[in-house]
Amino acid sequence: MKLITAIIKPFKLDDVREALSEIGVQGITVTEVKGFGRQKGHTELYRGAEYVVDFLPKVKLEVAVDTDMSEKVIESIRNAANTGKIGDGKIFVSPVEEVIRIRTGETGPEAL
Amino acid sequence: MDQVLELSYALDTFYFLIMGAFVMWMAAGFAMLEAGLVQSKNTTEILLKNVALFAVACTMYMIMGYNIMYPGEAVNSWWPGISFFLGGDNATADVIAGGEDAPYYSSLSDFFFQVVFVATAMSIVSGAVAERMKLWSFLIFAVVMTGFIYPMQGYWKWGGGFLDAAGFSDFAGSGVVHLCGATAALAGVLLLGARKGKYGKDGSVHPIPGANLPLATLGTFILWLGWFGFNGGSELKVSNVEEANAVAMVFVNTNAAAAGGVIAALITAKLLFGKADLTMALNGALAGLVAITAEPLTPTPGIATLIGMVGGVLVVFSIITMDKVKVDDPVGAISVHGVVGMWGLLAVPLTNTEAAFGSQIYGLVVIFAWTFIASFIVWMILKMVMGIRVTEEEEYEGMDLAECGMEAYPEFTSAKV
Repeated sequence: MKLITAIIKPFKLDDVREALSEIGVQGITVTEVKGFGRQKGHTELYRGAEYVVDFLPKVKLEVAVDTDMSEKVIESIRNAANTGKIGDGKIFVSPVEEVIRIRTGETGPEAL
Repeated sequence: MDQVLELSYALDTFYFLIMGAFVMWMAAGFAMLEAGLVQSKNTTEILLKNVALFAVACTMYMIMGYNIMYPGEAVNSWWPGISFFLGGDNATADVIAGGEDAPYYSSLSDFFFQVVFVATAMSIVSGAVAERMKLWSFLIFAVVMTGFIYPMQGYWKWGGGFLDAAGFSDFAGSGVVHLCGATAALAGVLLLGARKGKYGKDGSVHPIPGANLPLATLGTFILWLGWFGFNGGSELKVSNVEEANAVAMVFVNTNAAAAGGVIAALITAKLLFGKADLTMALNGALAGLVAITAEPLTPTPGIATLIGMVGGVLVVFSIITMDKVKVDDPVGAISVHGVVGMWGLLAVPLTNTEAAFGSQIYGLVVIFAWTFIASFIVWMILKMVMGIRVTEEEEYEGMDLAECGMEAYPEFTSAKV
């Protein structure tokens, strides 16, 4: 099993959610986050003085899937979140040791 | 004829009370403006300051402030003497006697109109010292300011003291109210210092953006509305054709100057910064209002717009300059009410032939010097006795937790149990 963590532009969240639903992903976790990458921050103005906003708002998406699904999920996030401009984000893939469904106690891919 | 006199007395009293209620509502405007321009962690405390200072001002002015400002029999033109609590009201016989000296409105309505002015002056101070001053030191200052410092200079002009005798002209208080409030604020800010992190060691300015610009905008509109009472009521009478026309003129000019202030400040900010700065446009509206307050009757509406526009340009440059000299004023109160208040006083002789630049400058200097020295001494004593600034840690955590133990928006921060 794999945990796929994607950092994307907030306005792309709906597109990504739809794309994932289409390929049969059953659930995702979304967090509003802030950070910077190569896009860096941007400047704002308040009463005549400029200041730099170092951290930009992004959305963090976590999807746990069976290993054979992971390539499809990655592909589909990439397609949906891509604008071709700097700041589109990144996808991280990591192995998952175990998954347990709290209600039933099922484990492994059954619990996904 | 008696009934006409009684009716016009009733009308003028009614008008005075309603105008006073408008000015009272300016307290809400200041509260919203200041709550919008501070950080969210200081919201509860600035709101508490605003409501508490209003209460302190009303109480102190009733106990002694009003009697200092309008003494029954003054000792001399400098010193009004001290007495306590309000006197009675007018007798019907005096009213229907008619003639020059007959009272034409209730003297308690006069107190009510005046008491909301002193609260306005005190509100000006709270914005400038926001986000770092101790609550109780501020309220103790409010006691002295509203019970003594403000009424003294008020007596010199409106109570018939030496500034009035010198021909100093200030219709509704560009000097007596706005410059006085801003000067007390300046003395406090100089002793208090800037908010932590506002200015870098290399002289750079690090803005601390306000948390809620919708509230700041609402506050500005409320002040704009209240100002019709502030200036319109200061005509003191409405019950004949001439006076009714004068009141209408004051309303039109007050509105025109505010509009001119917005336009000028907006364009100035756009030219200087390249962006349309909302907070500067809001300060521009208030600058226009302060500028016209010293003389809203004699200008034509066109000239009133121009007087407001000069105020709007001045306020933008003044706010930038204050930051250059490291006078940290989160809401721009010293610029809006002080710098533009001075402009308002100096603009009077442009349209009012009875005023002269010499006596305007005299009044300006006297009000500034008295308020600055008296306020500085009071702030200094407070600083030595109990301190006027919260600790660095309290400032970082926010005044809401440090002084009030509660937050304005607890859902955003505290953990749910």
